[in-house]
Amino acid sequence: MLEGLLIGLQTALSMQNLLMVIGGCLIGTFIGMLPGLGPMSIIAIMIPVAISMGDPSAALILLAGVYYGAIFGGSTSSILLNAPGVAGTVASSFDGYPMAKQGKAGKALTIAAVASFAGGTIGALLLMVFAPALSSVALLFHSAEYFALMVVGLSAIAAFAGTGQVAKAMLMTTLGLIMATVGEGALFNLPRFTMGIMDLQSGFGFITLAMAMFALPEALFLVLSPKTTQQGDGEAIKDLRITGTEARAIAPVIGRQSVQGFFIGVLPGAGATIASFLGYAVERNIAPKHEQEEFGKGSIKGLAAPETANNAACTGSFVPLLTLGIPGSGTTAILLGALIALNVTPGPRLMIDQPEVFWAVIMSMFIGNLVLLVLNLPLIPYIAKVLSVPRTYLIPFILFFTLMGAYIGQNNATELLLLVGFGVCATALRFADYPLAPLLIGFILGGMLEDNFSRSMQLFDGPSFIWERPITLGLLVLAVLLVVLPSYRARRARLRMRGVADGD
Amino acid sequence: MALDRWIALVLLSICLAYGYTAWFTMDSGLAPFMKRNPIWPSTFPKVLSVLGVIASCIILFGLEKSAEKTAEIDYRRLGDYHLGQALLLLALMVVYALCLRPVGFLLSTTGFLFLGGAILGERKWYILMPVAVCAALVVWYLVQQVLGIYMRPLPGFWGA
Repeated sequence: MLEGLLIGLQTALSMQNLLMVIGGCLIGTFIGMLPGLGPMSIIAIMIPVAISMGDPSAALILLAGVYYGAIFGGSTSSILLNAPGVAGTVASSFDGYPMAKQGKAGKALTIAAVASFAGGTIGALLLMVFAPALSSVALLFHSAEYFALMVVGLSAIAAFAGTGQVAKAMLMTTLGLIMATVGEGALFNLPRFTMGIMDLQSGFGFITLAMAMFALPEALFLVLSPKTTQQGDGEAIKDLRITGTEARAIAPVIGRQSVQGFFIGVLPGAGATIASFLGYAVERNIAPKHEQEEFGKGSIKGLAAPETANNAACTGSFVPLLTLGIPGSGTTAILLGALIALNVTPGPRLMIDQPEVFWAVIMSMFIGNLVLLVLNLPLIPYIAKVLSVPRTYLIPFILFFTLMGAYIGQNNATELLLLVGFGVCATALRFADYPLAPLLIGFILGGMLEDNFSRSMQLFDGPSFIWERPITLGLLVLAVLLVVLPSYRARRARLRMRGVADGD
Repeated sequence: MALDRWIALVLLSICLAYGYTAWFTMDSGLAPFMKRNPIWPSTFPKVLSVLGVIASCIILFGLEKSAEKTAEIDYRRLGDYHLGQALLLLALMVVYALCLRPVGFLLSTTGFLFLGGAILGERKWYILMPVAVCAALVVWYLVQQVLGIYMRPLPGFWGA
């Protein structure tokens, strides 16, 4: 492990990669602050840049930096404008915005930065401990277990989608899987579902799809409803200092939420949003009575809790990606797509085959968090000026970068038409409250899922691997339970509300 | 019928068409030796089509009750929003996609950024124009020179 650490440190501290971290964090903060642009859109826009660099460590370091920066930038706009750019920072606006209204915006931003730093750093430490352990277990897995594990991941995403949303999330996942079967698969050398169209021979472009699912609908929403784009009043942010008493008050909160957030982040489908809301709720419940009343009116604990938890969860979501090659969230799914394009296969072999990639990413997490604290915090008053860019300039540029991202990747103008078409469909899906992340995760996992499924079918000459391998069976039963249980519990709760007696 | 159920109906028909291909037409071209394989190219799509049909039926028939909540934008009042601007921008994106090759990157990008701003209501042409031109030049330089991806800068008949 020590050897790995040193390799990672050596890679991460090279001049080029340091610039990548710093650049990534700055770009992420800059764009993440714009309301309506989440980390997924930003990473999707940055992917062509990362891929054309050719060096997988540098690319992943850049994208990870963008990811942290975006989360940090998102909390800045929640605090200053009450307009979270990212779902994971909605909980930060509960107490951050009241603090800003009381004229303590500088203090709120510092607390957010310190909490993010601590959450990210402790999360990265936990990642260093857990990822190697998990990948040594994962090396024992066969294709049958991989198949089952991916099914569990996909159903967990559906299960965590929320009440009344399970079927929608399931449908979106299936649609993603269906889209992944279009084109020529590696296993059969046979074009499938191309309808004779040559452009579909190689399947749908993943960057195009990612842009169409996230960046374009968000931009269209900004156009449709200008109310969501509030303008910053350009007021100076001062007094970034926090006192010793305040630091002592938030320290235990940060400690608890780093660990809790990390483990929530590891779960597929949970991620930063759930971690931040849960962190907020837990801290409010265990706070002393007089402090509980402060929550929602500008409590520093109420700000520190979600900020720590969402950053720790972001780090936690790297665990399944790096050790199993299974992304648990939309963002890590996009990262996985970028890695595959760079000829790196994340999974248990990553640590052995390409230790420099694995450890460099972990090391760059520490550096990235440090950059956010040391470099971005003092610059925040200046970066926040971006909030006063008028939307007449902002929106054409967002659309232009979306188009460029899809074009650079494929160098094909047809891809742009596909982008617009899918973007319109995705916007309609968002109107009807369909979750879009499961579609992209299904699309990215689809190829791997089918490969592993086919391999086990061939090894066992039929579907008997399902009941012959106990781990596979156990995982598949878990997957079914994950999907069925929430709807069953919701039904029981509804029956009880109506006063109908339970069966048991 | 609510929008989400209309969409479920559309997706159901997609799944049915997909399933029809997978179950009935796809295997006809399969080589005889492939038929001895436990797995066919159509096996996985068959499973998917069944899953998709089940999920879309659950939504279509409203079997899963969900709490009524207002989305960010209420599609029932779409007319109240800036729908015209959004549609114009989408049309502009399509035009941009069609123009990029024949007209060249610099001209089409400048036009896109300029018209995009104009559609959204910007009337200070003396700021909008230089911003659009500079942005097009900078991005072209970055993509062509730094990333090394070729993009034709000017229309073909100008010899570029």
